[in-house]
Amino acid sequence: MNDLLVADSVSKNFGNFKALNQVSIAVPKGSIFGLLGPNGAGKTTLIRIINQITMPDEGTVQLDGQPLKPEHIRDIGYLPEERGLYKSMKVGEQALYLAQLKGMAKSEAKTRLKYWFDKLEIGDWWNKKIQELSKGQAQKIQFVVTVLHKPKLLIFDEPFSGFDPINANLIKDEILQLRDDGATVIFSTHRMESVEELCDHIALLDKSKKILDGKLNDIKRQFKTNTFEVGLQSNNSNAVLTEIKDKFEVLPATFKNLNDDIKMNVKIDDSISSNDLLSFLASKAEVHHFVEVIPTANDIFIETVKNN
Amino acid sequence: MNHLPLIVKREYLTKVKNKSFIVMTFLSPLIMIALIAVVAYLSQLNNDKKRTISVLDETGYLKDVFQNTENTTYNNLSDFSLEEAMTLVKETEEYGLLHIDKVDSLDEVSKNIKFYSEESPSLTVISGIERKIEKRLREMKLQKDGVTLAQIEASKTNVDITQESFDGEKTSKIDNIIKLAFGGIAGYLLFMFIIIYGNMIMRSVIEEKTSRIIEVIISSVKPVQLMMGKIIGTSLAGVTQFAIWVVLGGVLMVVVSAIFGIDMSQASSQQQEIMNQAMQAEGTQAIAESILNGINNLPILNLVIAFIFFFIGGYLLYSSLYAAIGAAVDNETDTQQFMLPILMPLILAVYVGVFTVIEDPHGTVSTVFSFIPLTSPVVMLMRIPFGVPPWQQVLSLLLLIGSFMFAVWFAAKIYRVGILMYGKKPTYKELFKWLKY
Repeated sequence: MNDLLVADSVSKNFGNFKALNQVSIAVPKGSIFGLLGPNGAGKTTLIRIINQITMPDEGTVQLDGQPLKPEHIRDIGYLPEERGLYKSMKVGEQALYLAQLKGMAKSEAKTRLKYWFDKLEIGDWWNKKIQELSKGQAQKIQFVVTVLHKPKLLIFDEPFSGFDPINANLIKDEILQLRDDGATVIFSTHRMESVEELCDHIALLDKSKKILDGKLNDIKRQFKTNTFEVGLQSNNSNAVLTEIKDKFEVLPATFKNLNDDIKMNVKIDDSISSNDLLSFLASKAEVHHFVEVIPTANDIFIETVKNN
Repeated sequence: MNHLPLIVKREYLTKVKNKSFIVMTFLSPLIMIALIAVVAYLSQLNNDKKRTISVLDETGYLKDVFQNTENTTYNNLSDFSLEEAMTLVKETEEYGLLHIDKVDSLDEVSKNIKFYSEESPSLTVISGIERKIEKRLREMKLQKDGVTLAQIEASKTNVDITQESFDGEKTSKIDNIIKLAFGGIAGYLLFMFIIIYGNMIMRSVIEEKTSRIIEVIISSVKPVQLMMGKIIGTSLAGVTQFAIWVVLGGVLMVVVSAIFGIDMSQASSQQQEIMNQAMQAEGTQAIAESILNGINNLPILNLVIAFIFFFIGGYLLYSSLYAAIGAAVDNETDTQQFMLPILMPLILAVYVGVFTVIEDPHGTVSTVFSFIPLTSPVVMLMRIPFGVPPWQQVLSLLLLIGSFMFAVWFAAKIYRVGILMYGKKPTYKELFKWLKY
């Protein structure tokens, strides 16, 4: 059993609106799984079903090989996108309360809170009220509360919103650390650069359906177009350019660099290897820049959603 | 996992530790007592006012009717003409002038009496004078027909019907008043409790929505548990507050009346007169005894048990509806449209209780409303002191419990969906759709 969470053909309707349509995902143990999709695609509904906040109309969800049941709440840590804390409650009291709701004993929760508060250097907030903290500070508390009970499965919905770059990095490192310590993470976001940095698996939802999933690298390979960025220097640039254009498909350059005379993207078909292209270019001019274009998560996202 | 105790504890502590809650708890009795004291003081002021009324009796029949009292001095102006009397009264700024015109026969006296004054006189003063004149004229007419004063005095009778049920249970008017008081207090208490603490529950649900903590919480506990925890926790806070109010209010009442010497029973001299008349008829001792008797005659055990059950049942029914409203909306201003259907039956219950139960505690209207769940707690509590058959009480209670469970189911449905809905004000149609999600 390598998948911690398996959702099988899950559907959910709200009245006449189909929020999820036969969605299946498998989240491998120890992975960071990016759950992506445009607004209203059904991500939050799926996450709420995993958290047993909403019940699916059809399909099953299994955690660690067992169908979801109320006890599994302890095994899941959930940081919703719509999040907040009781404004007039003190930080410490509130964290203890939320930890106890997750089934932790009070003393244990206290010890572990001390550990986290020291780690994130927020120990002196214990007796402050939430309304005295800034938004970012409150987010930190929220993060601690989410991970405190050492859940097997962590679900973060836009975890970085509201953080400054320094704190966002801090939280990112903590998420990676948690993954290394054995937790599995489901990560939902619209910020593709963080998907790039963190996720090893992704699933893409659009219009209530899953339209793409797999390892991020596999997907990237699949979306590769055999296109290369080429930067050349030559005294005779016009002649060189014509020659290349005769032989290969040339596209406008998508990169920037300083002093190349010729900048372009070159697309080759399967019959030609990159070495062939490179040696041809080298024979015509001085090659300063030669990089394969790897589609970014952003490209993949936009392209897939557009084509759907 | 049962988190109910944990949630109840948090809700209770948060409410009790809240600054405005603490302030209200200790300030309200002070304000209430201050208000009562001010009202009592003002009415005493009013009654202390001395007034002088001049009487110009041209018939001579009524000259010794008007005896000076503590507050009113009667000034006999029989030797003046009407014009002179009027000028005099006006100049001396007396309260008014009572003019009894000269007539030929006793029968016409009543039609020829006028009261002149600068401002329109108080109703109690006029009716007091009227009573006095009527009494004297009646006596005089009777005397003219040959009845002696002693006979008139002897003919005065005071009837107090002793009421007794077929089982030999005795009741009296005072009994009925006591029953009304007990029922009224119980019903009114429930009404107040629902309004104050139902609103508190609603606000606390809305607060969880606006602070966006709700999703975090319900990823740990079932919405029903959260809702019940809220209702119970808030009620306990309410009971605490009520208890403090009662104790504090009692103590303050004693202290205030000791310091200011305001004897509440003497608040109005008119009432006192009536009281005195009643007392003379029956004797203070007898009244006190029949009050005690009345209390003793109350079905105390039934009252206490019914109070506990109907109070809890009624309160839970209404508060789950309040919780549902809180879950359905985003902010307090949006609650109005949903509040009306809740307040209507509650107000109706109090009206039925006050107007119908007093008139006829076992009539059709009272009986029917003491079965309808939304009105039954208040109406039944008001009826019980008058003796309600056990089967009626049990049936009504079962209906109440049944509808409470339905309300919890209904509220939980709305709650589950509503707490995660933001942004728009739902319509009734949408609420109905939520039931099916």
